[in-house]
Amino acid sequence: MAIIRYPSLWSGMNPFRELERMRKEMDRLFSEVMDRSTHLQSSGVYPSLNVSQDGEQFFVQAELPGIHPEDLEISVEGTTLTLRGERKSENVEGVSYHRRERPSGRFHKALTLPHEVDSDKVEATFKDGVLKLVLPKAEHVKPKKITVRAD
Amino acid sequence: MEDKDLQVQEKQELKTKSESTRNVPIYIPPVDIFESPSELVLMADMPGVAFDNVDIDLDNDQLTIRGSVRVEDEKGTVLLKEYSVGDYYRQFTLSNVIDRNKIEASMKDGVLKVVLPKAEAAKPRKITVKST
Repeated sequence: MAIIRYPSLWSGMNPFRELERMRKEMDRLFSEVMDRSTHLQSSGVYPSLNVSQDGEQFFVQAELPGIHPEDLEISVEGTTLTLRGERKSENVEGVSYHRRERPSGRFHKALTLPHEVDSDKVEATFKDGVLKLVLPKAEHVKPKKITVRAD
Repeated sequence: MEDKDLQVQEKQELKTKSESTRNVPIYIPPVDIFESPSELVLMADMPGVAFDNVDIDLDNDQLTIRGSVRVEDEKGTVLLKEYSVGDYYRQFTLSNVIDRNKIEASMKDGVLKVVLPKAEAAKPRKITVKST
């Protein structure tokens, strides 16, 4: 059986507990400040994405160097955008490698957008290894202007 | 076919004492370098760099590659930011003697390929032994 102790009753009785709580709070504050300084909120899933929106559409960008457009599969369903693909390794025979830092392999990433998009009108461009998607929002979620009539 | 999953490699920022004039971060591009008997080939991932914005320089045995990206203004409000856009810079010291007149470079899908042919003197020579 789980015993729940009320923190307000306990913190006054155990100074070490209170110290522990303060330490945790400091850690949380500190990590928040650190995150803000780098401005990045990576999910750790390839590829890294940058997403922004205006009233009409979403913009999604990803850096996919060395990936052939035919090895890339993009699909949109409702609010979910899925990117799937493979970066093939370019194994050259009969050479000796000095450095191998460029990764290869498959990837699969799904992203949930805050609103539904019109999947028929999604535009995708791929230039210099950068994928750019423009996803227009579905008609019913677009902001509507309401005109006020003066009586 | 490979069954390996691609992992996110966080872009490594170059920390230098001298500041660049452009107010963008500078990253160290990941590279593959391989050597065959006749040439040395370098491949570097530099997404966002157009072929005319790459600068390759070979000074004695110092090879420098630079790539600048076109930084666009962000459209709308940011919802998620997992990477930053910046220029690329990396320098290598080559141990081989390179025939600098025959260096070729190409750029495709954000990947730079530099082919550095070895100079005649550095190529392995086969010496046939004749019987007398």
